[in-house]
Amino acid sequence: MAARRGTDEMRDRVVLGEFGVRNVHTTDFPGNYPGYEDAWDQRRFEEAFRVDVIREEEDALEFDMVGIDAAIANAFRRILLAEVPTMAVEKVFVYNNTSIVQDEILAHRLGLIPIRADPRLFEYRNQGDQEGTEIDTLQFQLKIKCKRNPQAAKESSDPDELYFNHKVYSKHMTWVPLGNQTDLFPDADFRPVHDDILIALLRPGQEIDVLMHCVKGIGKDHAKFSPVATASYRLLPDITLLQPVEDEAAETLQKCFSPGVIEIQNINGKKVARVANARLDTFSREVFRHEGLKNLVRLARVRNHYIFSVESTGILPPDVLVSEAIKILMGKCQRFLNELDSVSME
Amino acid sequence: MEALGLGALTPEQAAAPVNTVEEKWRLLPAFLKVKGLVKQHIDSFNYFINVEIKKIMKANEKVTSDADPMWYLKYLNIYVGTPDVEESFNVTRPVSPHECRLRDMTYSAPITVDIEYTRGSQRIIRNALPIGRMPIMLRSSNCVLTGKTPAEFAKLNECPLDPGGYFIVKGVEKVILIQEQLSKNRIIVEADRKGTVGASVTSSTHEKKSRTNMVVKQGRFYLRHNTLSEDIPIAIIFKAMGVESDQEIVQMIGTEEHVMAAFAPSLEECQKAQIFTQMQALKYIGNKVRRQRMWGGPKKTKMEEARELLASTILTHVLVKEFNFRAKCIYTAVMVRRVILAQGENKVDDRDYYGNKRLELAGQLLSLLFEDLFKKFNSELKKIADQVIPKQRAAQFDVVKHMRQDQITNGMVNAISTGNWSLKRFKMDRQGVTQVLSRLSYISALGMMTRISSQFEKTRKVSGPRSLQPSQWGMLCPSDTPEGEACGLVKNLALMTHITTDMEDGPIIKLASNLGVEDVNLLCGEELSYPNVFLVFLNGNILGVIRDHQKLVNTFRILRRAGYINEFVSISTNLSDRCVYISSDGGRLCRPYIIVKKQKPAVTNKHMEELAQGYRNFEDFLHEGLVEYLDVNEENDCNIALYENTINKDTTHLEIEPFTLLGVCAGLIPYPHHNQSPRNTYQCAMGKQAMGTIGYNQRNRIDTLMYLLAYPQKPMVKTKTIELIDFEKLPAGQNATVAVMSYSGYDIEDALVLNKASLDRGFGRCLVYKNAKCTLKRYTNQTFDKVMGPMLDAATRKPIWRHEILDADGICSPGEKVENKQVLVNKSMPTVTQTPLEGSSVPQQPQYKDVPVTYKGATDSYIEKVMISSNAEDAFLIKMLLRQTRRPEIGDKFSSRHGQKGVCGLIVPQEDMPFCDTGICPDIIMNPHGFPSRMTVGKLIELLAGKAGVLDGRFHYGTAFGGSKVKDVCEDLIRHGYNYLGKDYVTSGITGEPLEAYIYFGPVYYQKLKHMVLDKMHARARGPRAVLTRQPTEGRSRDGGLRLGEMERDCLIGYGASMLLLERLMISSDAFEVDVCGQCGLLGYSGWCHYCKSSCHVSSLRIPYACKLLFQELQSMNIIPRLKLAKYNE
Repeated sequence: MAARRGTDEMRDRVVLGEFGVRNVHTTDFPGNYPGYEDAWDQRRFEEAFRVDVIREEEDALEFDMVGIDAAIANAFRRILLAEVPTMAVEKVFVYNNTSIVQDEILAHRLGLIPIRADPRLFEYRNQGDQEGTEIDTLQFQLKIKCKRNPQAAKESSDPDELYFNHKVYSKHMTWVPLGNQTDLFPDADFRPVHDDILIALLRPGQEIDVLMHCVKGIGKDHAKFSPVATASYRLLPDITLLQPVEDEAAETLQKCFSPGVIEIQNINGKKVARVANARLDTFSREVFRHEGLKNLVRLARVRNHYIFSVESTGILPPDVLVSEAIKILMGKCQRFLNELDSVSME
Repeated sequence: MEALGLGALTPEQAAAPVNTVEEKWRLLPAFLKVKGLVKQHIDSFNYFINVEIKKIMKANEKVTSDADPMWYLKYLNIYVGTPDVEESFNVTRPVSPHECRLRDMTYSAPITVDIEYTRGSQRIIRNALPIGRMPIMLRSSNCVLTGKTPAEFAKLNECPLDPGGYFIVKGVEKVILIQEQLSKNRIIVEADRKGTVGASVTSSTHEKKSRTNMVVKQGRFYLRHNTLSEDIPIAIIFKAMGVESDQEIVQMIGTEEHVMAAFAPSLEECQKAQIFTQMQALKYIGNKVRRQRMWGGPKKTKMEEARELLASTILTHVLVKEFNFRAKCIYTAVMVRRVILAQGENKVDDRDYYGNKRLELAGQLLSLLFEDLFKKFNSELKKIADQVIPKQRAAQFDVVKHMRQDQITNGMVNAISTGNWSLKRFKMDRQGVTQVLSRLSYISALGMMTRISSQFEKTRKVSGPRSLQPSQWGMLCPSDTPEGEACGLVKNLALMTHITTDMEDGPIIKLASNLGVEDVNLLCGEELSYPNVFLVFLNGNILGVIRDHQKLVNTFRILRRAGYINEFVSISTNLSDRCVYISSDGGRLCRPYIIVKKQKPAVTNKHMEELAQGYRNFEDFLHEGLVEYLDVNEENDCNIALYENTINKDTTHLEIEPFTLLGVCAGLIPYPHHNQSPRNTYQCAMGKQAMGTIGYNQRNRIDTLMYLLAYPQKPMVKTKTIELIDFEKLPAGQNATVAVMSYSGYDIEDALVLNKASLDRGFGRCLVYKNAKCTLKRYTNQTFDKVMGPMLDAATRKPIWRHEILDADGICSPGEKVENKQVLVNKSMPTVTQTPLEGSSVPQQPQYKDVPVTYKGATDSYIEKVMISSNAEDAFLIKMLLRQTRRPEIGDKFSSRHGQKGVCGLIVPQEDMPFCDTGICPDIIMNPHGFPSRMTVGKLIELLAGKAGVLDGRFHYGTAFGGSKVKDVCEDLIRHGYNYLGKDYVTSGITGEPLEAYIYFGPVYYQKLKHMVLDKMHARARGPRAVLTRQPTEGRSRDGGLRLGEMERDCLIGYGASMLLLERLMISSDAFEVDVCGQCGLLGYSGWCHYCKSSCHVSSLRIPYACKLLFQELQSMNIIPRLKLAKYNE
């Protein structure tokens, strides 16, 4: 039975040792473990697979994905980072820029501003297309000039009071409809996600007059098209106490983990440590610094329990991003299947 | 030794715990406020233009003429004004340094004099007469920037953080480097290669500079000097100086048994030479004097000549008044005595000891130059007076009309702009005294201002002058020196070093005699060698003797602390030589220390609080005797504690802060005390190549080359030095999240792997600025350069491609993109620029030819701005600033602050990067093999401290010999749920599975270095060839070929690849068809041999053009190379 338990650990747990991580690789290939049924089984997968949404906010989503392989989970992460399209400023037409921000730097800064526009409403721009049409381009304008405030107090040295428009924010960008876009998107409100992104500072007499073309693109091309601030996952922590830990040792043990991981119960006047919520641990591996405790605990992570965290840039809600990512993966699979079919045709 | 300030201590006092002075490092900003990093340059220049220049004038105040004894010119006063520029004739206007930089002018001020002279029989006084212009050092007392507020600096387009201390000459910023020299006027006892001991003195006064040697040959002493054709026995010198009795000579040298024994042979030699009287001795010396050219004047006898030589040339610095040689005799005797004493015991002086070194600064160098020019100016006036006065003229001779300003002006400007300091007076001819101020980054400019170059030859393989001397402690940075040939010869000042300027020595002499120093002239000479009598020297001259030297030194120091003597006068005892040295000369290195009295530092917490509140400044600390300056010699005489807890009963001083022993560049390194020392040296060199910001006025500058970072950041781990020198305000680098792991194999040999998303977001993005210049000149024949409008295409009426970016005025317009070979300024020049000969044909409409300024560069640039102005010669000056924005690419060079440089080996998309639990991906992946052999533990600690700082939202300190402790930093990491070792659990971005190892992960400050692939990449298939040899040109700038060198050739020969060799060395290089006559073996021409007048034996072959050239060159010097031809199958 002990051997069975050892194999189970090897299959299901990533073990965090003092000096390294063990069992990092997925090993449950069919036939790799005698006595286990590892061949693909749709029914079994459906039984085991589960997605629980833990926390859902406007721009962030945390959900658990259980019962899936690292490759698939990682594929979602990678697609979220690099392949879910968004709209971002790609071309900047500088009519006048007398600010101290160089044209290229200004263009770079404008490019990184997230634009609230549903990319699903647009097409990719064709390669080599310089002009752009209403179906693939959003046009924005930034036209601002700094002036002196005539009402400002004479002795004032505060630029906010002295000048008008000396700070150029993303809110100064205005949407200029192209072609029949006003008819296409009657109630659309295309604008930067955040109003308070500082683009440049101006002084009286300086002005910026630029026209921008936003196009649809993916994060692989440039990070500005990435729809997420970051998307990543971690594996569910699994902390087991191998022996009962009591009294002082229990308290030190508690301090070795993130708050809330270990709780101390009073059993028969004795303080006994118990793992309350392993999920909260950040794996500082502090226990390994305590000679007396390090053999009493096993730090591990559940191999197929992914705690995903998706932070959207605000262009699309995170849940939409995830479903878009799934669609893209499905599309890729379909394309692969088609490819296979076409190969077998020959 | 018994130190001062040490009275009897009660047991309680001794037992009391030494309380530490909190925050005593705050003295440092206070010190830097008054002294600053480049204060030594500025002080020295100020001294020159305010004091020294007047002395020079005084020394050369009168000009007389041989033609008219009544005529004279006398300088009454001399002033250096404030910088201005001549707008039109006789209208001047103050000028700002930045205007000079932009308009290629010299930032200089007029030198004016008040004079008194005679015109005919009249005596005339003229005031404020200009005689030339003096380049003004920025931030010196006469600079327009002194005493201005930051707001006023901004108005003048100047950066308030710029240190100043340099000159602007013809629009170029020039620094006069600090020159290191052996101390003047000091006796140095040294053993030569054979081990014989000798003494030498390099004496120098304003007029003369000479070197006197004392040598020992077969136990006899000789004096050697380059005005004497052979070595003169020392006893003869004594006799010539009036000490005729042998007893007196011996008395002066010393009456100890072994001293007398050592000197006896010298006396004997004199006896043998039959010289007994002064007359005989002078005659003897007179015969050995090297004849100098005589410029008229009364002929002197040989004796007179010898006497003159002894009085003025030998040991110049010992003054001889009315041929009273007493002081010089004693000086010579002391030299002899030193040599005798040094003989057996090997007590020779150390040439490399830093107390024997003096640093020459801009002021001293300029004063030498100015004096030379001023003398030349005066002699020119005299020459003119001599020529003009005898001729009778209607107008009387007015010297003012002949005072030309340009001689002094040009002399100064040329010396500073070329760096050649050649002074006839001192036979000085130095090159490379000035350098262009490197504006690559703020640090490189600062680093240049603290640089010291020494006079040693770089090529000589000597270790002595190059090695780190213990006496350099605290004065020179132990890390900051270049690698390679200049290693150890170019040094840098430490943070708190100050260099003294010259001081009046009159009061010091008076004070010394009041303190009981007895004049040697009044003594018989034997006192010099009494065991309890100490000799007192002032700046190398013997002042007298003292019995109680301890008391003299103590009182002297008390007086200095009380402010009665200048704080930079140093006094130190040398017990082995039984001397007290007082120094007040310029060029000594010194640094402040806290005075310790009765085992307690004089500076207390109360003082520091007052300093923090602004009631007190650094000067107050000096005046109240809490802090004092010690120079290298005096430091040797003190007992300095490094920390409070090391103070014992002998301690006299306390170090202010140990990290100040490092210089500016080494001060940037966090935790340098954890690094292997060469790594710090490497970083000192690399910090100067890092790009970032160069000053608040960087966008107003039009430099030939300027590198800026798009988003510079201040380092997460800073040091006290970083704060003190304002590196935070002008940073050069970015905080990158680094993962120390191996990745992909493209990270071998220190290569770095960069995150593509980081680059997309602006990491390492830089701007490269270059300029293009053009002047529109006027010529003597009334023609001038013109700028023509763009040329239009005949068909489309649009500008041709080359002129696409030109405005209607023919100058490119700002914001445009320029491509290779496009025209920036469409300039035309008249074909005839000479004045037509008189009587020749009437000048017609001038013909113009195009001389456009074109853009050359593989990549496109943008025009940032165009400046149209005029330069000092009133010609139009057009300057264009071109800009490129560059994103890091494979091959660009990066470095951390620990001498760990590496090129980018691979750029990886973010999704392939490993990530930690919180989803962070690294910006840079660095290979762990960079650590074991380099031992840069400081970098590891920087990462930890940086990570803890990021988590806490604060900056950590990595100050040398201090800084945040690793233990505290690790506690912070634990508090935030991170591993205390800084190693994180990381998931691979490629497989999605965790990595087997924990990864060292956190922010490290990375610098982007100026070496970029874009500037270096080069390849060619075919291209230009050199005219003479027809071989491919050399070098990237000429689109040259890649050379298959000798060693590569050897490889191919060894391998036997003959056809490859033939192809590489001839066919791909300079193959040439020649016709050779088989009969005479000479080269023919189009199938005809000119020698044989036939074509029957001419055959054609292919040889390298260089070979053909060789044959012809040989022929031209009457050597006939004949080729013997044979069929290959014969």
